[in-house]
Amino acid sequence: MSFDEWFRQDRLPHIYCAGCGNGTIINCTLAAVDQMGWKKEDTVFVSGIGCSSRAPGYILTDSLHTTHGRAIPFATGVKMANPDLHVVVFTGDGDLAAIGGNHFIHACRRNIDLTVICMNNQIYGMTGGQGSPTTPKGCLSSTTPYGCAEIPFDLCELATAAGANYVSRWTSYHVKELEKAVKVGLETPGFSFIEALVQCPTAFGRRNKFRQVADHVEYLKVHSLLKAKRDRMLEAGEAIPEDMFVVGELTKRSRPAMGVKP
Amino acid sequence: MTRVEFWQGNIACAEGALAAGCNFFGGYPITPSTEVAEQMAVKLPKRGGVFIQMEDEIASMASIIGASWTGARAMTATSGPGFSLMMENIGYAAMTETPCVVVNVQRGGPSTGQPTMAAQGDMLQCRFGSHGDYAVIALCPASVQEMFELTAKAFNLADQYRVPVFLMADETVGHMREKILVPDSVERVARKPQRDDALPFHADADLIPGFGQFGTGHHVHVTGLTHDERGYPAATNPPLHAALVQRLVDKIENARDAMADYDVINPDAEQVFIAYGGPVRAVQQVLHDHPQKNIGFLRIRTVWPFPEKALAKFKNAKRFLVPEMNLGQIAREIERHVKVPVKSIPKLGGELHTPRELAAALEVKQ
Repeated sequence: MSFDEWFRQDRLPHIYCAGCGNGTIINCTLAAVDQMGWKKEDTVFVSGIGCSSRAPGYILTDSLHTTHGRAIPFATGVKMANPDLHVVVFTGDGDLAAIGGNHFIHACRRNIDLTVICMNNQIYGMTGGQGSPTTPKGCLSSTTPYGCAEIPFDLCELATAAGANYVSRWTSYHVKELEKAVKVGLETPGFSFIEALVQCPTAFGRRNKFRQVADHVEYLKVHSLLKAKRDRMLEAGEAIPEDMFVVGELTKRSRPAMGVKP
Repeated sequence: MTRVEFWQGNIACAEGALAAGCNFFGGYPITPSTEVAEQMAVKLPKRGGVFIQMEDEIASMASIIGASWTGARAMTATSGPGFSLMMENIGYAAMTETPCVVVNVQRGGPSTGQPTMAAQGDMLQCRFGSHGDYAVIALCPASVQEMFELTAKAFNLADQYRVPVFLMADETVGHMREKILVPDSVERVARKPQRDDALPFHADADLIPGFGQFGTGHHVHVTGLTHDERGYPAATNPPLHAALVQRLVDKIENARDAMADYDVINPDAEQVFIAYGGPVRAVQQVLHDHPQKNIGFLRIRTVWPFPEKALAKFKNAKRFLVPEMNLGQIAREIERHVKVPVKSIPKLGGELHTPRELAAALEVKQ
């Protein structure tokens, strides 16, 4: 894949902090898009507000950088009005799961033909590190200074329960797996949701004992539990450690979908 | 050629939209506007258009903006509570210069208020309701015929000026049934396309940039952030922000006279009614009931931008009387432009002014 082709060179340098995981997810996504053989003029990236949502601004296609939490209904309008366009949404945990939560579950229910990629850094990065609906219990943020007391969302279980055709979770460590998952998402008619856990050294890592970026990536790697292994553990009656999260292809089905190219 | 129908106002609104080529409707049910959505749900799929019922009015507004960028003539319809929810993305449409039509069949507010009763309480909200400075266009129909005609016109204005256009109806006009002459076709104004050699947000002399429709290879980046002519964020550039917002306002304000739509009746009168929407009907009745009195009447269809030059047509005016189904929202605007007294005649509660009330107001000197 040629980066020159998909990036707006005149927008560089980007705003992401040193060590940010978002670039990895954007690269994986563009690699998958490139493998699809899509043309730039037929591809639209849509986003809401937050660090992740700045991604479409660096990509040389038509793109909508919209209001906080609303990327999916904007994308719904684009896709329903012109199903010939390939529509990909970049979002983050605050954008998708907090202010945009209702739009998220309804898009899953409609099973509209979008691919939504959530860069989940478990914090509000752009506003300086406030707790989000995916901040793990006990973690520190500027609005959870005594440790997050709330239970986080499992976004993949939410998407599956709400009706999405394809759901998968990986991390910024799993670049090959993530790239493949995005590609399967792009190929799958209906709603595809890919959650990518990412490190955020500036807002999350420094408050939560990840002194180095690599420490956080290592944490994501070590605490990833492959779905196949999880299934074996469940079968054997073993307890799943609370600090582990399941990665892999979690849902793949072919329910009737909306907005599919005729 | 025309054909005669007997329609409800909300149906005429939907039919006007269809006649204008509306091919995308994203909406959410709300009294007293729901018939617009229901009619679109029946008609649009048969014409190859898209009807989608969204999860709320925030999403409805978002969906029509997304659709508009693919070139669709896109519309939503709502009433007060839904209109409040739409404000966020109405600001986005203004900032990104996205053509779209929003119908507000006004009901009594604030809050849930009077779902089935008429009001004109959102006239300032439609002009100023989203945060920041911007300008919009608002049209007010007073008949079933105008529900059709002004809805069609709203699409042309939206495409011409790249701005959200509001059809500010009220429950009486939305739900009244009367005769309508339906034309075989209506005039359509196309969006000015983005030239291949132009930047996506570079405005021409008319202050309006050519539209870079998605899917046509322009690679337009659309953002609600303050942006330069390339569409790229430039949110910390003070002169650029000032110039952008000034242009968004000026492109509409400069066209104020060009788009002004009003009737001047008895311009030599000393006492002059000014009305828009439902109260127009009561004023018409007053003029009809008192032909011996020389009563002036300025009937306004474009409320925003306010057609201030129309006021000067009444050279003998000693007083303007402004019946509104609110506490004088447009009367305040009129006061800014005239030196003679402006008498606001507010009416809350959901019922129209009666002609008798308005005739009596003529006799009260203060």
